[in-house]
Amino acid sequence: MGTAAEPQFHVLAVDDSLVDRKLIERLLKISSYQVTAVDSGSKALEFLGSRGNNGRSSSDPVPSVSPNDHQGVEVNLIITDYCMPGMTGYDLLKKIKESSSLRDIPVVIMSSENVPSRISRCLEEGAEEFILKPVRLSDVNKLRPHMRRTKKLKTHQQEPREDSERHELEIQQSQHHPSQQVPQHQQQKSSNNNKRKAIDAEEGLSPDRARTRYSGVATF
Amino acid sequence: MNAALLHQELLDEQFIQLEELEAEGSPNFVEEVFTLYFRDSTKTLESIGQMLEKTPVEFDKVDRALHMLKGNSRSVGANKVMNEVIRMRDLIEEKNLESCNATYEQLKKDHDELKEKMEAFLQLQKQVKAAEKPPQGDDQEPVSGTESS
Repeated sequence: MGTAAEPQFHVLAVDDSLVDRKLIERLLKISSYQVTAVDSGSKALEFLGSRGNNGRSSSDPVPSVSPNDHQGVEVNLIITDYCMPGMTGYDLLKKIKESSSLRDIPVVIMSSENVPSRISRCLEEGAEEFILKPVRLSDVNKLRPHMRRTKKLKTHQQEPREDSERHELEIQQSQHHPSQQVPQHQQQKSSNNNKRKAIDAEEGLSPDRARTRYSGVATF
Repeated sequence: MNAALLHQELLDEQFIQLEELEAEGSPNFVEEVFTLYFRDSTKTLESIGQMLEKTPVEFDKVDRALHMLKGNSRSVGANKVMNEVIRMRDLIEEKNLESCNATYEQLKKDHDELKEKMEAFLQLQKQVKAAEKPPQGDDQEPVSGTESS
């Protein structure tokens, strides 16, 4: 279990495959994350809507399951499959980024197919990372820097911390795995507001990182 | 026994990953995953069979089912089955019904072979684990310490 002082990060996993849900759940639990797994994008939104993350007023004020504090269960990261019937992972990503209450939650996309245009699309829409299936423990280890850290964030939506320090940390921590025949596409900082796209254009930070994002195909 | 399975290319690296996840404190994980896998795959193969018998064949539906099967197979390390699924998907794309049917039969065979071998393997593993376990119960006196199993 995690250290007593630090509450566990809570990850919401979305995948229509039962086998993959089981897998990702195990991987996340081994990494000491709390996990909620759902089988569709709409269920994911439902879950998020009933949580403390929700800025909207929900019809039922009390979440059905709230093992944590009175502030409600937070989601620190969403990891979703890309190919799902109905709402794809991309659709879900869009909805999350369009929502003022949810957009701060980092989103990671998983896919069994390495399609460069798909990867770029997701990253451009604000996904933190694009992970190729089957997901390994090493992939899950890379999620940590993306975790939305502050629990207070939900009440302080306008928190101005642009996380330049955090970004530095991510650059250091980011690793590429050439051993994997289809490399993951590392993503830059988990910036958390709508200024993201404007900022990216004049990204003052490491040019390599900025370039990688738009090159479409990871070149490692 | 799993070495033999691997050697025959029934399983690949991913299976080892599953075993490692089991070793990380999740006993029966491999069995649980494969139970879910086979439950799904058996149903999927059945419905694909039905779809292939319809006229006209709804190729996109078949493809979707195959896509799911491919993904699941990849996730559990069922390499041979996965490759067969990929082959079939190619044929579906060509709408080559005759070859599809032939490949489907092969796919079923490979799948059933894997299921059989996997079940035997898991059964054997269970026996080994049971044999390795120290006897619990009356033989085991609580050690004078705070250690508990």
